[in-house]
Amino acid sequence: MNKALEESIPTFNKKDTGGDDVSLSGGLAALGSAGGARTRLEIAVIILVAVIIIGGAELILTVMEVPQYILPTPSQIATALVTEWPFIWPHLLVTLFELFVGFAIGASIGFILAAVITQFPFVEKVVTPYILLLVTTPMLALVPLLILRFGFGSEPRIIAVALASGPMVMINSATGFRRTDLAKIALARSFGANTLQIFTKIRIPMAMPMIIVGLMVGSIFGLLTTVGAEMVGGAEGLGNRLTYYSSLIRMPQFFAIILLLAAIGISIYVFFFWFGKKWASWEA
Amino acid sequence: MQATATDSKTGGRSKLSVSGATKIYQTKTGTVHALEDVSVDVREGEFLCIIGPSGCGKTTLLWSMAGLHPLTRGRIAIDGDPITKPHPQIAMIFQDANLLPWRNLEKNIELPFELKGTKPDRERIDRLLDRVGLVGFGNKHPRELSGGMQQRASIVRSLAVDPSVLLMDEPFGALDAFTRDEMNLLIQEIWMETGKTIAFVTHSIPEAIFLADRIVVMSARPGRIASIYEVDIPRPRPVSIQTEPDFIARVMEIKTRIDSQRGQEFDHSAVA
Ligand SMILES: Nc1ncnc2c1ncn2[C@@H]1O[C@H](COP(=O)(O)OP(=O)(O)OP(=O)(O)O)[C@@H](O)[C@H]1O
Ligand SMILES: [Mg+2]
Repeated sequence: MNKALEESIPTFNKKDTGGDDVSLSGGLAALGSAGGARTRLEIAVIILVAVIIIGGAELILTVMEVPQYILPTPSQIATALVTEWPFIWPHLLVTLFELFVGFAIGASIGFILAAVITQFPFVEKVVTPYILLLVTTPMLALVPLLILRFGFGSEPRIIAVALASGPMVMINSATGFRRTDLAKIALARSFGANTLQIFTKIRIPMAMPMIIVGLMVGSIFGLLTTVGAEMVGGAEGLGNRLTYYSSLIRMPQFFAIILLLAAIGISIYVFFFWFGKKWASWEA
Repeated sequence: MQATATDSKTGGRSKLSVSGATKIYQTKTGTVHALEDVSVDVREGEFLCIIGPSGCGKTTLLWSMAGLHPLTRGRIAIDGDPITKPHPQIAMIFQDANLLPWRNLEKNIELPFELKGTKPDRERIDRLLDRVGLVGFGNKHPRELSGGMQQRASIVRSLAVDPSVLLMDEPFGALDAFTRDEMNLLIQEIWMETGKTIAFVTHSIPEAIFLADRIVVMSARPGRIASIYEVDIPRPRPVSIQTEPDFIARVMEIKTRIDSQRGQEFDHSAVA
């Protein structure tokens, strides 16, 4: 009997990639146009393309003798990154610190707000327009104001990051929490679940795919805001370095910073992609 | 009442008693009168089927029995204790298995223990999984399983906590005919082995006759009990019984009565 049952099971993940690489939710998959894991061939091709682009750029820029202050070659950028690293990394740490703290504050408040507010339809209707206002207003615009109030330290930027990422997390999580499945809640209740258990065992897992989308978008917004805020004022952070190097027309260093920012952005994406695969892959 | 203490076939003692159950839903657009004065005793160890037209309040009745929502009037009691909230002795089985898609089978089956804060009874779970033919599927997710297998898992989940009453709301309604026969056999066997008290809602008259000791036929809104049938076919009943003349005659009898209850809605001349 078991044999027969086994054969009647539809087979997923035909590729021999270990079994659990189901692709992400619609939301997540839409964010990164390529969901799911890649085969070895795909990875090889992606690397090949990178080599061609970098090599090609090096070649063309050298042959055409494009001046360094217009566009430095990849090798010049790499050299700048290495030689300038002792001066760059403290700024990298500042940026990461501001991003992390601001995002942690914003995301926590956004998540809790979403969880609470969706339980009260009336409150939700009243609050949502204001949250939308926060989502659509570029928080960068507030930075000069915040600097007036809090000075040139990290505080104004952390606040700006929290204000930029929090509403993103909030609005996506709320969408997730609104997806109530009465049958699943009834199921939990029929086994004696209390309100808190229904929340942790049913509502949160159910909302998880959208929560992760919110965290991903929120953190990317946070990164934009951190860098932008650093460019507006203060003397620290990668954003500040961008202004600094461009004012001195030190283009290789300038592009080295851009490279670092891209690396941070990609890391954020990869982290939440992995996170989503682990916690939201059930929603195919 | 139909039940008497001396009824030898089904034991006779009332396990779950519904008396004067009335349910009126308040909605934005007005009120819905879903149940009107429904009284029935589900006897200890009995297999009771409930059939009736769509929207007649079968689910409403079952949810009240499960303590999932209050009645407007009337009383439901298990072993004499009024049911006001979900009762540990009562487990509900839902139409589409209702497994949590983010948990694998094992974790789904352990959910009731998790919610009660007790250790899962591994031995019992393994025995049940073996019983329904699901050994080795513990780490599969629901969507990797067929509808029949999902429903088996949900039966294991309910039986794992060893309730004395099972409430089943069209559990096999979404399955194909073959799987449905298979599941009917399985649930009959499990019922005979465990002696659970079962209230089983279905749309299908043959399914009701195949499974039931008694069939409660409900009438359309507001849901009332139209009649109750005894099904005295000996057990275990094989699937093939459904093609026997006696069985078909029973199906026809119940169908005719339901149709005549619905009266003018039905054009009988068209059938001949
Ligand atoms: N939560 C609710 N609020 C308002 N009306 C409801 C609610 N639940 C059910 N009803 C209404 O009560 C009536 C009985 O519904 P119920 O689901 O109990 O019927 P049913 O016999 O289970 O139907 P079906 O065979 O289609 O499952 C229906 O008219 C339905 O629209
Ligand atoms: Mg129903």
